[in-house]
Amino acid sequence: MGDIILILLLLGITYATGSILEKNHFKNIKQREIALVKKPVVSFGKKLTTDKKVKKVEFVTGEVVISGDYFKTFVSSFRNFFGGRMVSFESLMDRARREAILRMREKAKNANIIVNTRLESTMLNNCDDTSNNQLPQVAVIAYGTAITYER
Amino acid sequence: MILTNIESVPGMRITGHYGMVSGSTVRAKNFVKDFGAGLKNMVGGELKSYTELLEEARKEAISRMIQQAEKLGANAIINVRFATSAITSGAAEVYSYGTAVKVQSIEG
Repeated sequence: MGDIILILLLLGITYATGSILEKNHFKNIKQREIALVKKPVVSFGKKLTTDKKVKKVEFVTGEVVISGDYFKTFVSSFRNFFGGRMVSFESLMDRARREAILRMREKAKNANIIVNTRLESTMLNNCDDTSNNQLPQVAVIAYGTAITYER
Repeated sequence: MILTNIESVPGMRITGHYGMVSGSTVRAKNFVKDFGAGLKNMVGGELKSYTELLEEARKEAISRMIQQAEKLGANAIINVRFATSAITSGAAEVYSYGTAVKVQSIEG
């Protein structure tokens, strides 16, 4: 009985903290994305040739580690049983990727364009091992080439 | 040292190739930070200490790659890429690789 109460308490607390943190994070991401909306970031440009005079070429990266919470893991274990979209983890991955891209863009504020943006992600703890029942930790690195043209 | 992840350096001409260079590192945080991250993991949100870990690992991998390129006499690395993997919980491997080249600025 005591165990069940403890788990319910933990679920309640982590539901509250998780959803508040996620809401605030999404709000923060939206604000920063709006502030940077005039700076293009593109995923093409691998064979870039340009006629403009280039002032500076810089390799920029942004990295972030975001963790899921206890509640999400608990709920998604049911979802995993019945199948279907795991919305709680989708939002987690979305947050991590957008945050990483934003950090990269904020490092190259003076650049005109960031070309060939690439994303690399990994799980810091082994989520394949379901027996351990570990909580997910998503690590994302975003990288690209920032180009500043001469005026 | 100029780094890009595209196949050229804009505004410059490639005059020589030196082949592939790479750098890798596996890093871990101390057990106190691991414990703290474990607690933070329950409530969710960003794990700042692990973000730091990833940043350090990325810097280390790039600096090793640059060292290797300098030894070859290159002055730029093009087509840089990253690969990451989770070896064990709380540790991050970052592997970076690219092609070392010599570049010359296009004058006029």
